[in-house]
Amino acid sequence: MRPLLSLVSGAWGRRIVIGLPFLWLALFFLLPFLVTLKIAFSPSINGIPPIGPILGLTDDGALRITLHIENWSYLFQDPSYVIAYGRSLLTAAITTVLCLVIGYPMAYRIARASPRMRPLLLILVIMPFWTSFLIRVYAWIGILKDNGLINNFLLWTRIIHQPLQMMNTQFAVHLVMTYAYLPFMLLPLYTTLEKLDLSLLEAASDLGGRPIISFLTVTLPLSLPGIVAGSLLVFIPAVGEFIIPTLVGSPGHQMIASVVFDEFFSNRDWPTASAVATAVVLLLLVPILALVWLRQRNDAKLIASS
Amino acid sequence: MQFTPTDGANALHPPHIRIEGVSKRFGGFTAVRDIDLTIGRGELFALLGGSGCGKTTLLRMLAGFADPSTGRIHIGDRDVTHLPPYERPVNMMFQSYALFPHMTVAANIAFGLKREGLPKPEIARRVEEALALVKLDGLGGRKPAQLSGGQRQRVALARAVVKRPEVLLLDEPMSALDKKLREHTQFELMAIQRQLGITFVMVTHDQEEAMAMATRIAVMDGGRIMQVGSPRDIYETPRSLFVADFIGSVNMLEGQVVETQGAEAAMDCPALGRRIVFAAGRNLALGETVALALRPERITIGQAASGANHVHGQIQALAYHGGASVFRVLLPTGTLLQVTRPNLVEGSGSTLAIGDAVTLSWSPQATTVIET
Amino acid sequence: MTPVLSWRLLTAMLIAGLAFLYAPIIILVIYSFNASPMVTIWTGVSAKWYGVLAHDQEILRAARVSIEIALISATGSTIIGTLAGYALSRFRRFRGRSFFMGLVMAPLVMPEIVSGIALLLMFVGSEQLFGWPHGRGIVTICAAHITFCSAYVAIVIQSRLAGFDTSLEEAALDLGAMPMTVFGLVTLPLILPGIVSAWLLAFSLSIDDVIVSEFTSGPGSTTLPLVIFSRVHLGVSPEVNALATIIIAIVLTATALLTFARLKRRAEG
Repeated sequence: MRPLLSLVSGAWGRRIVIGLPFLWLALFFLLPFLVTLKIAFSPSINGIPPIGPILGLTDDGALRITLHIENWSYLFQDPSYVIAYGRSLLTAAITTVLCLVIGYPMAYRIARASPRMRPLLLILVIMPFWTSFLIRVYAWIGILKDNGLINNFLLWTRIIHQPLQMMNTQFAVHLVMTYAYLPFMLLPLYTTLEKLDLSLLEAASDLGGRPIISFLTVTLPLSLPGIVAGSLLVFIPAVGEFIIPTLVGSPGHQMIASVVFDEFFSNRDWPTASAVATAVVLLLLVPILALVWLRQRNDAKLIASS
Repeated sequence: MQFTPTDGANALHPPHIRIEGVSKRFGGFTAVRDIDLTIGRGELFALLGGSGCGKTTLLRMLAGFADPSTGRIHIGDRDVTHLPPYERPVNMMFQSYALFPHMTVAANIAFGLKREGLPKPEIARRVEEALALVKLDGLGGRKPAQLSGGQRQRVALARAVVKRPEVLLLDEPMSALDKKLREHTQFELMAIQRQLGITFVMVTHDQEEAMAMATRIAVMDGGRIMQVGSPRDIYETPRSLFVADFIGSVNMLEGQVVETQGAEAAMDCPALGRRIVFAAGRNLALGETVALALRPERITIGQAASGANHVHGQIQALAYHGGASVFRVLLPTGTLLQVTRPNLVEGSGSTLAIGDAVTLSWSPQATTVIET
Repeated sequence: MTPVLSWRLLTAMLIAGLAFLYAPIIILVIYSFNASPMVTIWTGVSAKWYGVLAHDQEILRAARVSIEIALISATGSTIIGTLAGYALSRFRRFRGRSFFMGLVMAPLVMPEIVSGIALLLMFVGSEQLFGWPHGRGIVTICAAHITFCSAYVAIVIQSRLAGFDTSLEEAALDLGAMPMTVFGLVTLPLILPGIVSAWLLAFSLSIDDVIVSEFTSGPGSTTLPLVIFSRVHLGVSPEVNALATIIIAIVLTATALLTFARLKRRAEG
């Protein structure tokens, strides 16, 4: 099939349709990232901006490129970086598991609701996502703090006599992150579960599988794409999360984004901040590539089916 | 197979569409191979074949959605080979109907007329005419989603014929309808075609539909045309095993010619375990291997022999179809023959049962010699 | 079909999950009407914090800046993202398609903090070399927002086009419409709901952004989320509760209107 006779007629229309977004993204996404990579190898100096050159001339006039890898060696020598990376990965993993455990039964129940109820329930799930992220995080502060809703209630009922420390703990970070990222998990799960052919389950139980067997051998494997997509959609942004640990976490338990932020604004060490930021991307490369692969596979399916 | 390009042109149907040496390749895949075909003016022509046989690609080349890799296509006196779809005197009824969901039925039908820049009153008049033609008067204000499947099909038809194209292309026109509606629509479509006098080219995978509707059929396989002819030609004198097998049910009999006598010949058929007599149709050499096609309804089933050829066997299976019964008869040689018998009188469907010993008979003229 | 967990238990889990999603928001709204300046100590119903908010010049200015940025960013990213989504779903083969696709999707998975730093570093470098952009402000924030929003727009448009029967476009061509007419009369009206929801998504992403704005804003271009963030950092304030309630009310109304419009359209077929 001719690609629809290139509806935007002619090669020029096509060039604009592809070229404009390409140019924009090259300029405001690819280029900034290359600049960051370059600065990650630059020396840190006292100046405005606080970046030294990596290109220079030697005494005999030859071009000299100096890659300053000291920004990178910090990352491994200073345990605080390694700990922050580890904490980010762990927090993201805990968030992902909690979202999955809470989200799967919800998505399953919505997918099996009557066709009239399904869109309504779906909107209920999505609506918080449209509400400001910042405000949803902020809402928890009033609930969790020492003289907040939960503590006031527990003190009033005399279950406790001293307020529980919930704000500025890892508990608060995990709770609020699960809360904020739950919709990311719910939507892909719902999409796969909704498409799941119920007659397969009927066939499984008809062939004598008890519910748990049917679930493990039919439902779970078939909803795996949704589980993987949802987990990646939660895990990837969770690793780089900044707002939640800053607002409800403990200052002594920094996640990696806060480290980048401090290096950049408080220490004004731009090269180190660039190196730490680049390392975050490298750290996320495997899950990101997995997500890209999933999308391209769907894209290939789309092409093959046309 | 060889055809002359003027195959179908006769006094009744002077040539209208000429397809000359047309091929279509997609990358390394050849969808249509070197097709020559002439379709007469006013014909209802069917392109028949299984999925992937190239029939849809050929139709899309007539519509202008695909460019032929080689060859030319003429409609009337015009070479339309590389003309874009919007400049062709051709309209198409899509398999999915492709009705614009955001427009009313009337707006859908008016779409093509507006592109011609016709004055508004004329457009309105012709839309009314088209709606009346497909018996949808008064439904012009509805949206496609508010119509039944059969009504949508009529809108698609009205939208395609309202521009008075020279040629109407129909891509699997009945595939979305249920069986009952399909038969009814077949007759209606044929009546509309006769009324308008437009040349119809229809793609279908349903051989019964092609047989019932078409003036002529091209049977396609692997991007080639296997045979072109009237439904009767194709059914009664299939020129290849593929065509014989594709159109209806058939029993294939092979053997060596042992005797020729005028128009008739005899061969030894190992599958039947006996010698049979058949109408040769052409000169056959002694010792030549030939294949015969024997249609199930040409065989008489009963207790006594009644034709020039007969074999004995036992009913292994039978299916009652109402109007006819279909038998599978096992011969002592292990061959299964399929036999169809019309149920002419009440109760005739139940006179034979599984396990009954029967005799099958047929005349020399019942078989057709197939090229192998 | 018997699920592993009983039907009733699943329903209970769904209700509990929805309660988890909504309870904090509802509590926030209730406390915005608290008379006490101590947010969590209830002293009586009052709307006085809304009055305080109405005279808070910093917040009003920031809201204006945010809306201006969100309008520009949503429109810009809808144009760029629609083109990208159209290219991805309609041009099935062109050189560098995989690279193009990677580039379009990458902003979705890039941690915001990385995008923020990278953009700031590039703007600083570009100012040094070319004198542009002169400092940071609304222009740089918009450029940054358009970049990450257009990725979301592209996804929405691509999925909209993927579920689009291409024979509709062919039918229009077949009925004599020229390619540009086909786009205007058939393609565009049919993907318009997608374009509208993509614009709204981009608008809400832009007006809610903290991190990228933090890096690309300058003096005088402080956005509303940046003001909220810095105030929240200092503690809970009843004024922020009132502001949050207004934002929630706007989102709720918009969602309800959109849903109603969609259901109405579906009912009309």
